[in-house]
Amino acid sequence: MAYLELQGIEKEFGNVRVIRGIDLEIKQGEFIVFVGPSGCGKSTLLRLIAGLEQTDAGKLLLDGRDITDQPSSKRDLAMVFQSYALYPHMSVFENMSFALKLAKVDEAVIQEKVGRAAKILNLTDYLQRTPKELSGGQRQRVAIGRAIVRAPKVFLFDEPLSNLDAALRGQTRIEIAKLHRELGATTIYVTHDQVEAMTLADRVVVLRDGKIEQVGTPLELYDRPANQFVAQFIGTPQMNIVPAKDLQELVNSTALPVPIDGFIGMRPENIILCAAGQGQLKGKVELVEALGAETLIYVCTDNGVHLVARQIERTDLAVGSAVGLHVDVDAAHLFDAAGHITRTGAARETLVH
Amino acid sequence: MANLRSKRSKYPPALIARTAAAWLVTLLLFFPLGWLMLTAFKTELQAISVPPLLIFTPTMENFSIVQERSDYLLYAQNSFITSVVSTILGLMMAYPAAYAMAFFKGKHTKDILMWMLSTKMMPAVGALVPVYVMAQSTGLLDSRTALIVVFTLSNLPIMVWMLYSYLKEVPHEILEASRMDGATLWQEFRLVLLPLTLGGLASTGLLCLVLSWNEAFWSLNLSAAKSGTLATLIASYSSPEGLFWAKLSAASLMAIAPIVVFGWFSQKQLVQGLTFGAVK
Repeated sequence: MAYLELQGIEKEFGNVRVIRGIDLEIKQGEFIVFVGPSGCGKSTLLRLIAGLEQTDAGKLLLDGRDITDQPSSKRDLAMVFQSYALYPHMSVFENMSFALKLAKVDEAVIQEKVGRAAKILNLTDYLQRTPKELSGGQRQRVAIGRAIVRAPKVFLFDEPLSNLDAALRGQTRIEIAKLHRELGATTIYVTHDQVEAMTLADRVVVLRDGKIEQVGTPLELYDRPANQFVAQFIGTPQMNIVPAKDLQELVNSTALPVPIDGFIGMRPENIILCAAGQGQLKGKVELVEALGAETLIYVCTDNGVHLVARQIERTDLAVGSAVGLHVDVDAAHLFDAAGHITRTGAARETLVH
Repeated sequence: MANLRSKRSKYPPALIARTAAAWLVTLLLFFPLGWLMLTAFKTELQAISVPPLLIFTPTMENFSIVQERSDYLLYAQNSFITSVVSTILGLMMAYPAAYAMAFFKGKHTKDILMWMLSTKMMPAVGALVPVYVMAQSTGLLDSRTALIVVFTLSNLPIMVWMLYSYLKEVPHEILEASRMDGATLWQEFRLVLLPLTLGGLASTGLLCLVLSWNEAFWSLNLSAAKSGTLATLIASYSSPEGLFWAKLSAASLMAIAPIVVFGWFSQKQLVQGLTFGAVK
């Protein structure tokens, strides 16, 4: 039973169709992440759910109630903005209690709820400060606190971490995940960062040009992408996707069932470097990125195809060295000329403890 | 060494030059006002003596003559009512207009703003005859109502522009956040937008108060003894029988004193804008 349901949502800005018929069902307590490149409509979709933009067509149902034409203030949703959007003239306490005051909640209840949220978010000592006396991370926590004191039906997050520095971003991401586990609240989270999507989501919605490309759990998207776009969007470094005609030698030697105008997708971990003369392909090392825990090796094959290989082991290969490449063809994904998947590669789904 | 350096950086030549220039400009601007204040306390004879007297026994007689001859308090009352009422009316019209333009920007918002400003570029005298005829045919000649209407409308473009520039600085998300928090349009205005733009509202109001107080053209042409403002009072002291410098100065001093004192106390509001800390 869907808790929040989107039916055929459409939105135009001028003549541009930014959202083109979105259908989605979200279950109660789910953590949903909208992800996609900039301009894909993910923030607009969130704002449509929030009621900050009006839909041109389609229906929004929340907990069995049609909220399509309800104003934001009546939808019982809370939103955390990218810019935090705290009220600069109010203290942290007033910021967090604003919604409850508007709802005419009893003063003692407000004290108690804000106190509890402040404790969870480590803000107890800052309640009397104004937003400009806080650091970026603290402001972000106040924005989250403002949302949780209300106990809304759904939490909406609009790229909440993109204004934080890398270390704080990682830390806050973990806090959000923990918070979701504790509160169990239905959450929709917008990001362009696929690491956030993979780590936070119960289900990820990949968007492109106002349309849903695929919905699934993070590992489903990684292992079984529906098309070339999702395959390339999820995973760092990106999946190597090469036109089949550029890898004829590989296709011929392994009898890959791919049409001549199709594409072959290979995850970097499925390309294994071996000594020159071995493997199905020959190439030269272009760049080595030693990241410590893993090593990325960029190779250009003899017929000019650029590939990335990832290995756990370190390497002493120098730029320009000749190498052989062994492709784990069972794991390769195959796509037709339009980018739709025609064969899903075998995933390494063995669990290791 | 460190001592020497700190001494040198305390009074760099650039700072001295800048300070001197600032004092010079201030004195130049203040001179006519200072001279006016001196003359107001002189007798007519002392006022026209050459060389000008800097040391004399001050007299208050000019002020009592001005009050006796032309009922200063009536003019002051007219000035007060017309400027305050026109400012309040203007703010009530300009704020919603500026709000709409700042937060619901359309394709022609910029054009409308330019058009509003362009009405200030036309010389007022060009509208004199139509406005005069309208005032006459509605029986509003020499009434405070006519002045209030004209002051309000002639200050409206400036008010909209000023308020627009303040409202534009308020991040849209803050208003959206309040909507998500359940605020109605009225609550959004009263609890969020108004406190954030109070500084801008005050500066705009103060400026328009000063502009209306100083307005002379329309007051001279649309009002006389009944609804005349202090500007018309001053003008009445330059008469065909000759100038009475001391009395003119006394009248002028009495006309500007309230607004100068008012401006002195509110200069902090005039200068101060609100600082935003909530958005990165």
